[in-house]
Amino acid sequence: MPVTTLLDREIHVDDEGFLTVYDEWDEALGAELAKQIGIEMTDEHWSLIRFLREDFKEKGETATTRRVQAAGGVPAKRQFELFPKKPAKKMAYIAGLPKPHGCV
Amino acid sequence: MPAKNNAPIVPNFGDDEETGRKLAIICSKGNLDMAYPGLILANAALGEGVETHLFFTFWGFDMIAKKRMNDLKFSPTGNTAMHMPIGDVRVPQALAPMPGMQAVATKMLKKQIADLGVPEIPDFLDQIVGAGGHLWACRMSADMNKYTETDLRDDVEGIISASDFIEMTDGAQLLFI
Repeated sequence: MPVTTLLDREIHVDDEGFLTVYDEWDEALGAELAKQIGIEMTDEHWSLIRFLREDFKEKGETATTRRVQAAGGVPAKRQFELFPKKPAKKMAYIAGLPKPHGCV
Repeated sequence: MPAKNNAPIVPNFGDDEETGRKLAIICSKGNLDMAYPGLILANAALGEGVETHLFFTFWGFDMIAKKRMNDLKFSPTGNTAMHMPIGDVRVPQALAPMPGMQAVATKMLKKQIADLGVPEIPDFLDQIVGAGGHLWACRMSADMNKYTETDLRDDVEGIISASDFIEMTDGAQLLFI
C-alpha cells in the first residue's frame, strides 16, 4: 500500500490516492485534500464531509449520493453544485474514505 | 517496503479532460423490474460526469406518465428466473398467472429494492434530473396513448420523434432496455 506525504505527515493511501486509514484523517488534512482537487471548502461543504465521516463510522461504508440525499438531507443537485462532476468520489476523497461501493 | 513518493498521490477526477462522453438510454419497458436498470445506469453515469439522456418509449412511457408512474408492477409470469426469497425454490410457471401472484411479487420486489436504499421510480427520476440528467418522451408513444406534455412529468424536456432523438444523440453511446 503506498504512503504519501501531505502536511508533512505520512498518509496511507490506495493506488489512486484515497486514504485507507480512517484515523489518519482530521479536518486540517481534509482541507488539504480539498485543495489538491481544487475544491474551495465552505461550511456547507464541511457539513457534508462531517456527515460522510459519521455515517462511515456507523455503517462501515462510504455513503453514495443517494444516501447523502436520503439520510444526509442534501439533494443530489446540490451535491453536484458543491462537488462538480463526480460528487460521490470527491466527497469520499476529501473525507478520507474509500470510494463508495454502492450502485445507487 | 511500502512505496514512498514526494509528490502527493492524488486521484485524477478528470476535471481537466473534456471527454465529451455522452450516454443515451432508451427505456422501452414498463415492468417494475425492467424500469430499474436504465435508471441505475443513468444515475451511475451522471455520477461519473457523463452527459446522460433517457428516452422513454412504448411501455417505458409508464415511468414518466403521471397517472401510471407510481403503479408499476412486477409479474413472475414468463420469468423463469423468479425464485422464492427462501430456499431458492423456483416459482412454477403454472402458478405464476394465479390471481394475487402479481401483487405479492410486486410487493416483495419493492421491499427488496427499498431495503437496499434504492428509491421508487418517480423519486429516482427526481434524483436523476437533479444530477443533470435529461428526460425525453417518444412522439409515437405519446400519440398512441393520446398523451400531451401535461400528462407527463413536468421535467420531461420534450416529446420528440425518433429522428430528433437520433440527431440529438450524435456521438453518444446507446443502450436499449
